[in-house]
Amino acid sequence: MLNRHDILQTIEMIDRQHLDIRTITLGISLLDCAHPDTATCCRRIFEKISEKAGTLVETGQAIEAEFGIPIVNKRVSVTPIALVAAACGTADYTPFALALDKAAKEVGVNFIGGFSALVHKGFTASDRALLSSIPQALAETERVCASVNVATTRAGINMDAVAQMGGLIRHAAELTASAGSMACAKLVVFANAVEDNPFMAGAFHGVGEAECVINVGVSGPGVIHSALKAVPGAPFDVVAETIKKTAFHVTRMGQLVAQEASKRLGVPFGVVDLSLAPTPAIGDSVARILEEMGLEACGTHGTTAALALLNDAVKKGGVMASSHVGGLSGAFIPVSEDEGMIAAARSGALTLDKLEAMTCVCSVGLDMIAVPGDTPAETISAIIADEAAIGVVNNKTTAVRIIPAIGKTVGDTVAFGGLLGSAPVMPVHAPESTAFIRRGGRIPAPMHSLRN
Amino acid sequence: MRAIVTVIGKDQVGIIADVCTALSNVSVNILDISQTILQEYFTMIMLADLSACPLAFSELGDQLSALGKKRGLDIRIQREDIFDAMHRI
Repeated sequence: MLNRHDILQTIEMIDRQHLDIRTITLGISLLDCAHPDTATCCRRIFEKISEKAGTLVETGQAIEAEFGIPIVNKRVSVTPIALVAAACGTADYTPFALALDKAAKEVGVNFIGGFSALVHKGFTASDRALLSSIPQALAETERVCASVNVATTRAGINMDAVAQMGGLIRHAAELTASAGSMACAKLVVFANAVEDNPFMAGAFHGVGEAECVINVGVSGPGVIHSALKAVPGAPFDVVAETIKKTAFHVTRMGQLVAQEASKRLGVPFGVVDLSLAPTPAIGDSVARILEEMGLEACGTHGTTAALALLNDAVKKGGVMASSHVGGLSGAFIPVSEDEGMIAAARSGALTLDKLEAMTCVCSVGLDMIAVPGDTPAETISAIIADEAAIGVVNNKTTAVRIIPAIGKTVGDTVAFGGLLGSAPVMPVHAPESTAFIRRGGRIPAPMHSLRN
Repeated sequence: MRAIVTVIGKDQVGIIADVCTALSNVSVNILDISQTILQEYFTMIMLADLSACPLAFSELGDQLSALGKKRGLDIRIQREDIFDAMHRI
């Protein structure tokens, strides 16, 4: 009846290899909170979130205790606010961010995502209001996360939005310069954003989703690393198979927790996002997995191939383990949140150009990267344009979460604290991209978007 | 409801007796036990039936954990499902 090996292996994964559920995120539709009066809309937003997410944290804690698996974060994601606030006709959307922040504190979640707009094909008046409110909203709130989708494979790239985002990111950085430009750590620019991502800062509750949904993000870079250490020098077939099997175990944990949370909260189960999400803790790094495969430092030649294998093997193992896989589901490469990435960036082994190549084969984009404080807005926009092009042409999600470290330059470090970690400032190319970004307009959708 | 109780630590006289007594005091029925001693380290895994236990899961967990701390052992209780879910197709 008892399988000692399985039981001890599970306990070892939890105790020593940082196996955990990274987040359970409750997605809530706020479409029915729309109202022409701003104060009423904000009140409805606050009340609905408080009601739907009232028991989220304690349910998470109970599941943690009963199953013995840490659930690191409990979070909430909502309908993109640009949609919810559209009837209000106000130009300043900060009140909505304040309402979200208040609700997040009320229910006890550490982040709430969805101060967002989807502008891949163009802007509505509401989108414009939201975008221009982003810097102030993020500076004034603690727990609100914002995101903007500027491109899709079907629509092409909205280069007006790309141009604007460079400036908004700089502005957000300046407003929060004394806090390490923290606002930028809560802002993501997407291409091909998904509707059910449970991870912050890019989580929002898409309009195709139900009233309420539970999405779970698992994590297990440490577990995968340990599994690989047991097969040193083995050929890539064995490496891929080892990662695949380990990913199965990790994802099953997420599936179990998701189903249990869904049952207890009376909310439908959405997806398990089987992303390998690192933390700054030792033994919880994606970069170290790549190095374990035989690279002296993450960022050297071979890194892209290693990451491609890892990303694919994780998906294959995870897909069998869960009834619904979604979100971003792959390997994350956030520089500040990965002890191995931080070391590689600091030593110069890992550069922005290599990270860009890596985003072609993994599930996020340029994430938690600090650049010099004097980086021009157009350069930031051009970095976003490059990532958007990768996402659009390859039919995948890419994103940019970049932090201009005001007052700092290459060689300095920005510290955000907690799970957001700390990042060495990385160099950007000096030649300007100003005239390129100033053109504006739309880059048309690529040929292969015509799939019908 | 079935749960797995795991006891890990340095071997001492009376561990099995203490844990079994603690469980039987709260009407927890032990369905299966597996135990080994490797060098000086003791690992015991028990499959327990909690259906007659009047305590809430977390209370039982706290009691066992406290017993463990007194004896310098790690004692935890987890619902059985987690192990089934992770290791069975």
